[in-house]
Formats: sequence, C-alpha cells, structure tokens
Amino acid sequence: MGNEQITIDNFGSWTASLDAMLNGIMPSWCATLLECVLVGVGLLLVYAVLALFYILYERKICAWFQCRLGPNRVGPWGLFQAFADMFKMLIKEIIELKNIDRFLFALAPYLVIIASMLCFAVLPWGNGLQIINFNIGIFFLIACSSIGVLGILLAGWSSNNKFTLIGALRSGAQMVSYELSVGLSILTMVAFAGTMDVEEIVMAQKDHWFIFSAHVPAIIALVIYLIAGTAETNRGPFDLPEAESELTAGYHTEYSGIHFGYFYLAEYLNLFIVSGVAALMFFGGWMPFQISGFDGFNHLMGYIPSVVWFLIKAFAISFVIIWFKWTFPRLRIDQLLKLEWKYLLPINLFNLVLMVIIVMQGWYIGAN
Amino acid sequence: MISLGIFGIEPVVFAVVALLTGVALVGLALWIAKLISPRSYNPQKGEAYECGIPTRGSSMTRFHVGYYLFAILFLMFDVETVFLFPWAARMRALGGDALICVAVFFAILVLGLIYAWRKGALEWK
Repeated sequence: MGNEQITIDNFGSWTASLDAMLNGIMPSWCATLLECVLVGVGLLLVYAVLALFYILYERKICAWFQCRLGPNRVGPWGLFQAFADMFKMLIKEIIELKNIDRFLFALAPYLVIIASMLCFAVLPWGNGLQIINFNIGIFFLIACSSIGVLGILLAGWSSNNKFTLIGALRSGAQMVSYELSVGLSILTMVAFAGTMDVEEIVMAQKDHWFIFSAHVPAIIALVIYLIAGTAETNRGPFDLPEAESELTAGYHTEYSGIHFGYFYLAEYLNLFIVSGVAALMFFGGWMPFQISGFDGFNHLMGYIPSVVWFLIKAFAISFVIIWFKWTFPRLRIDQLLKLEWKYLLPINLFNLVLMVIIVMQGWYIGAN
Repeated sequence: MISLGIFGIEPVVFAVVALLTGVALVGLALWIAKLISPRSYNPQKGEAYECGIPTRGSSMTRFHVGYYLFAILFLMFDVETVFLFPWAARMRALGGDALICVAVFFAILVLGLIYAWRKGALEWK
C-alpha cells in the first residue's frame, strides 16, 4: 500500500507543467486568463459530451429493459442518435408566447444550467483534476444543487399555464423534501470522513472505500442517498412533476426547441452529478479499488487512469438509477411525501446517531 | 489552510468560471437557435398549451396550502442540517462536550418532528 499506485496519472503535475510553460511565454495575468478560458471550454465540452452520452445511454438501457434494440440507425449502434436529437432541438422554432412573465421565463433555464454546471465542476474528476477545490466542497455542491429547484419553480410559475404550475409545485415539494435526505445522508458520511474537502474525502478512501470502512451506517446512507437522489432528479418512479398522462410535460410544457433542451440537458447532467456524488462519498471518487495485502492486484488496478475509475463508478450508479425507473411504478404525491417524512427522515436521523457512535467508539475499519 | 485548484488558482475563480460557462452555454445555444430556427407568427401559437379551449383567467393563481406546509418543514430541517455540517466535519477533534451540546440540539429537533407528526402536518390532505 502506498502513494506510488495512485500517482501513475497525476494530472496535477501535467497542469503544473502547463502552467509553468504558459507563465514562461506570457505575463502571468495573461496565463491565468488563458487557463481560466481553458477550464471553461473544457467544462463546456465535457458537459455537452456527457449529456449526449447520457441520452444515448438511457435510451439504450431502456430499450434493453423492454426487449427492444433502441436507437440503431444513426451511426454504428445508434452512436450519433444523440447528436441528431440535439441538432433537431437546435433547429426547432422557439415559440413566442403571450401572457407569460418574460423575464422569469428566460431566467429559469439559466438557473437550472448554472446549478448543474457548478456541481459538475466540484466533482472529483481525477487525480489532480479537482477544478473547484473549496475546503467545504461537498457543502458547496449541496448548496448549488438547490438552485436548480428555483429554476424549476420559476419555469412553472412564469409559463402562465395550469399544468406547468402544478408540475412545478409538485417538483418543488418533491425536490426540497428529498434534498433533506440527500443532505442528511451526506452529513452522515461527512461525520465519518471528518472533512468536507472533496480532495481529502477521496484521499481518505485510499485504503478502503467508505462503503467498506464505515460498513452498516454507510450502506444505510447509500440506500437512502440513492432513493433521495432519484427523487431529486425527478426520475421514475418519482417522476410525478412530468407525469405525462396528467400534466402533459410538467413544468417545461411551455418551453420549445432548445429552450426545452436545457431542462432536458440539466436533467441528464443531474443524473450524472447524483451518481458522481455517490461515487465520491461511498465508492472512493477516482480512487482505484484496493484490497490491502494483494499488492499485485492493487498495482494492476492502479494502472487504470483515475478519470476512467470515476466515470465507470458514476455510470454504474446511473445504471442502477435508470434500472429503478423500469422496476417500480410511479408514486402518488401523498405516498411520495410519506416515504420521505415518515420513513427516510427518521431512518436518516437514527443512522446519523449510529454513525456518531461508531466513529466515537472506533468501531470501523481503519481506526487507529 | 486554503487548498488551491488546478493551475494553482484559487477555487473561487473557478466557481466564477463555471458560472460564466453555464451562462455561455445557455446564451450561445439560444443565439444559434435564433439564427437557424424557422420563424412563423400566428396568434394561436402564443396561447397556453392546455386542453384546446381558451384558458380561463390567469394561471398565476393560488395553490394548495399543503405545499407551503412542507416548505416550512423543509426549512426547519434544512437549517438543522446546515448547523450540523461544521460540527460533523470536526467531530473527532471536538470530542465529548460538543457531542453533548449537539445531542441536546438534535433532541429538540427530533421532538419537533414528533410534534409535527402528531399534529398531522406530515399528512397530505
């Protein structure tokens, strides 16, 4: 066990050498500006590519669950289907509506996208690829993710449509309720990790991922987190805000073309972010899978780049969340709120107490 | 200790960069869509997409009070979570005294939840 396995692909040294090179050929303010632009463009590209990938990923998995083939005409295995979808959305007419609150209507997609973009940049992409590296990283992520609710509420309210209003309110009630469970299950893991810094949380899982080292409370927290995370992203079985048989499309009914596309994009990205946070808090972020004692195995695992580790974990968790959608029937709003307030919240509070006892008594793996 | 992000730049700068990237993504795509998408005007198109007949009255109207109740409950417990986070991050170092203080705080909130439950605030009516 040691540091040498996890420094095989240290992006920190790459970026440091790039930084040194840029500072060598231009004034430092210029280099800083260029680096910021580089990070911005990188974020934009990864965001767009991941959204397109997720559209295809979900459509393919849904198809397999229903014994269909899924998209298979555009490119090999339908690889370019998502590009075609996005392009179609881009060339659709944006319909000018009467009687809407124009300012709020235009503002809503910005809020939704900004919320997911900020969360996106906090995720631990790889060794040394921590973009927003606050010492309260995970707290910042929770705070930013709740901005998205505002966007959804504004979208529903400003559209001046009864369906969107009901959809937005349902969505708001659902998201704020389940945000509590997300927050509390992350709080449980923060109590174990002893830090809110994303990089330190990943580093603390060098020998054992939290799901193994914190055993029972971590597993309870993971189950609650997955349920609440699914509800947070408005995905089935919690997709009441867009229950299409009742509310046409929920809060984004009045949005057309690319304007609708933003909500669509943010929804997929939120799925990725929820999975990414689960990977971070329970499955070690970008940390390779390690079994203490098996040095050969650990070395082999260490050769897989950290970015690949992170993406594989996130995609695997997303698969489980997509799986939920095809397994459970949709809930009613009273059942939804009952599940959160009468089951998840008390269990979560109890779990926090359990975690505190375990940490204080040192009944976890890796205690010294 | 403030840990720096990649390129040795402070994370706040990157938070602003991510925010601007989000704005740019929405703005750019909207601009492109406005350039290449077709336009046609018809007064019927501006109507709300409801059920085919003209909408009656404004839709920015009063709504079920139940949502408000849950918003208040959420506020209570969310603030609780916010208060608990700093303690959770330093739990090991703070030790027993802090634990007792937090336990009292926690007990009051659990009592609050029990009270809301008994009062029927958690029922959807």
